[in-house]
Amino acid sequence: MAIKESELNTVAVELHGISKRFGQPARRPFGRRKAKKEKLALDQVSMRVDTGRITGILGANGSGKSTLIRILATLMTPDAGTASVFGYDVVTQPDDVRRHINRVSVEASFFKEMSPWENMLYAARLYGSGGKGTRARVEGMLERLGLPLDTLDKPMKQLSRGQQQKVAIARSFLTSPSLLLMDEPTTGLDPRSKREVQELVRTIRRDRAATVLLCTHDLEEAELLCDHVLVLDQGRVLAEGTPAELIHAHAGEVGGSLEDAFMKLTGKRLEEDEEEKDE
Amino acid sequence: MIGNSLRWELNAFVGFIERQKNLYRRYWLWEAVWLLYNLVSVLSIGYLAAGLSTLGLEPGQANLHQTQLYLLVGALLWTYLSLVFFEIAFAITWERWEGTIEYTFMAPIKRLTHLLGMSAASLIYGIARTAAIGFALIFFFKLDLSHANWLTALAIFAAATLPLLGLGIFTSVLPLLSPEKGEQMAFAVQGVLLLISGVYYPISVLPAPLHIVGILSPLTYTLSGVRESLLHGLSLAGALPDIGILLLMGVVLVPASVWCFNRAEVRAKRLGLLKRSG
Repeated sequence: MAIKESELNTVAVELHGISKRFGQPARRPFGRRKAKKEKLALDQVSMRVDTGRITGILGANGSGKSTLIRILATLMTPDAGTASVFGYDVVTQPDDVRRHINRVSVEASFFKEMSPWENMLYAARLYGSGGKGTRARVEGMLERLGLPLDTLDKPMKQLSRGQQQKVAIARSFLTSPSLLLMDEPTTGLDPRSKREVQELVRTIRRDRAATVLLCTHDLEEAELLCDHVLVLDQGRVLAEGTPAELIHAHAGEVGGSLEDAFMKLTGKRLEEDEEEKDE
Repeated sequence: MIGNSLRWELNAFVGFIERQKNLYRRYWLWEAVWLLYNLVSVLSIGYLAAGLSTLGLEPGQANLHQTQLYLLVGALLWTYLSLVFFEIAFAITWERWEGTIEYTFMAPIKRLTHLLGMSAASLIYGIARTAAIGFALIFFFKLDLSHANWLTALAIFAAATLPLLGLGIFTSVLPLLSPEKGEQMAFAVQGVLLLISGVYYPISVLPAPLHIVGILSPLTYTLSGVRESLLHGLSLAGALPDIGILLLMGVVLVPASVWCFNRAEVRAKRLGLLKRSG
């Protein structure tokens, strides 16, 4: 279902001063506390995502992207600040938030022995459908994504990474989310699969099928797909704007790229962090 | 509005049962191996009883049959109870292993629906598997169940479902509290239940502290009630106290365990423990 013209540019996601820290000292009997190494994953993050747009969150591994996505997906609670999705608070109104969102994560998260059809039927059931017509909808969706229909009843583990990611995207669309949270959807895909997934995201933008929050550390991808971009580093928002605005403001000279802007802002190249573990 | 919400939740409830059915079907070979393992375990208990006479105990023939029946009913029921308990308790661990846990917790459904859906699937599967083993036992041991009161046994069995769900949900909290050690702790709980619930002996033989804990275990009433009805034809009226205790335990345990699960979920969200790696 496409987003109406009148809904464009209204607020889909709003964050005010969101902070999240991990490794807090755990409470022990008799008031003793075990010291743990703390990590500030998000530090006073404020942002706004407009309806009908693709907003990119750029950051290296460990910058706080996945934590941000998990908070919006109601899977994690912030230590401070407020976050809302279409006006619903993620902590106090999680049920309302959940009806509007879905997520595609970096790992294809499926029951590996079950087929795409069985996995999608399960997802459909959790989102209020799954009756007559679901099979036809799933077939139509997978056909649009270029997946051969004979893969529909094979175990997921027999599908390639790219095919699994396409099924993940199809699964998220089966539930008609107003907000799609995409957490590095093309990481680890071969070039062909990556291009196909990117093409699909472009189709989402063209058809205004959903508001998309796209976390990525692929700067080319962000430049290609996003209407608006935020640069996140060590849990803080360093800059935001359209890719062109960021390049103009931070990459300076003619011919600069988003990668140049990112390096200028963070003082490092993305490759430096690629070996780090994600948060 | 309420009708729509209920329909939504019912649809999700069916989804969990359907999902489990598909998983059992896909893993059918492994399930067959487990079924065989269960059968072998119960048969071992049966032959242990049959071999008692060779150990110099020399019970009368009638007593030997009673002892064998006593142990077999215990082994069979324990197979059922431990399977259901295992399936419910490991629901979270399994989803974490598959990587689907965040998707299930992100779905717009009540946690109660999630837990009851998982439990219902486990109960149906548990009954089917136990029935298969039960038929095999009749074939192997030519059991004399002519005195059995099946109606009473079924009534106790049904009443035991509620507290069993409660215990299972309580244990499924453990992997939420500790992704690394929660699973092992679930085994420990299962071991304690085996010790205190009179699976292979009356709890009267236990030392006083364990005896008291045994009195608090719903499995104790399930085992003794089903045994009495199958071995001595306990009437439904005679089983009413046990049925009442089981229902009362269920009424307390189910809401308490769901509350506990919700608290553990809040904690897991605060500490970021829901993701696959914990």
